[in-house]
Amino acid sequence: MTAPTKPTHSVPVQDDDAHTWTGKARRWMLGKLPPDKLLPEDQPSYVMSWAYVFGMGAIASLLWIIVSGVVLGLNGPQWYHVSSLGSFINSTHLWSVELFFMFMVVHLWLKFWMAAWRGGRALTWITGMVSFVVSIVAAFTGYLLQTNFDSQWIAFEAKDALNAVGVGAWFNVTNVGQLFVWHITLLPLAVGAVVVLHVLLVRVHGVVPPLEAAGSDAQLHDSDPAPSQTLPPVTAQESTKAGGAA
Amino acid sequence: MPGWLVAGVATVGAGTYLGWDGFTIQLGNLIVIVAMLVLFVLALVLPFPGGKGRK
Repeated sequence: MTAPTKPTHSVPVQDDDAHTWTGKARRWMLGKLPPDKLLPEDQPSYVMSWAYVFGMGAIASLLWIIVSGVVLGLNGPQWYHVSSLGSFINSTHLWSVELFFMFMVVHLWLKFWMAAWRGGRALTWITGMVSFVVSIVAAFTGYLLQTNFDSQWIAFEAKDALNAVGVGAWFNVTNVGQLFVWHITLLPLAVGAVVVLHVLLVRVHGVVPPLEAAGSDAQLHDSDPAPSQTLPPVTAQESTKAGGAA
Repeated sequence: MPGWLVAGVATVGAGTYLGWDGFTIQLGNLIVIVAMLVLFVLALVLPFPGGKGRK
């Protein structure tokens, strides 16, 4: 007979008898994305290529878009239109958007020619496309918030198009207050949520291997094990430090 | 005229447009497209730093 022991954080939780929704959710999440897949030490050697850099470049740009956007929103239009520091931060907000889209488009091209939807990665591909489309809408509302004659021209051209498809009453591009809410709350949350889901799916399925990778390559089998299995140890020759590339 | 309105007007430029036989494109857009194509090609041909000698 063994005495009952007090569970501690260092003791693995037995998930077989999970009977609450929180326990079942934990079991499902740990099965789909165990910590060593969420934050891996190593990546397959084929990740050591510029073709795997642009996804992370887009995320780095997105982080500066969010940081500069928070600074702009807290200080207000008079600050970023009149003061030199405000104009500079406003410009970095624009140029990080330009970089975000350039990196995202190059990432899209590279993954398209790599057929990155292979190996059960269809939802990863779909979330990438959705993030691209939602980002276009977010950028569009940003161009409308320049509060100059450019944004006025864009708004009145877009108004007719949006009225034609029947959404002009709810998405009114001539209403600056409504556009501010879309641009600084709803659309950033949407872009952020889809991008986080996209990155989590990349971690769940692993980065897509190159088309020319041999089917017998041990790395391919390491990168996509069954959910209940643990990753086999990889040798120094088979793997290399390349964390963060997407 | 208020300062913010002057600043808003001052940011609008006419832009430079290039055209060949009915095809027109704004110079900034052309530069971005060419830059993306160059990045795409370089990503395929340039060796990755630290990757030499790895399997």
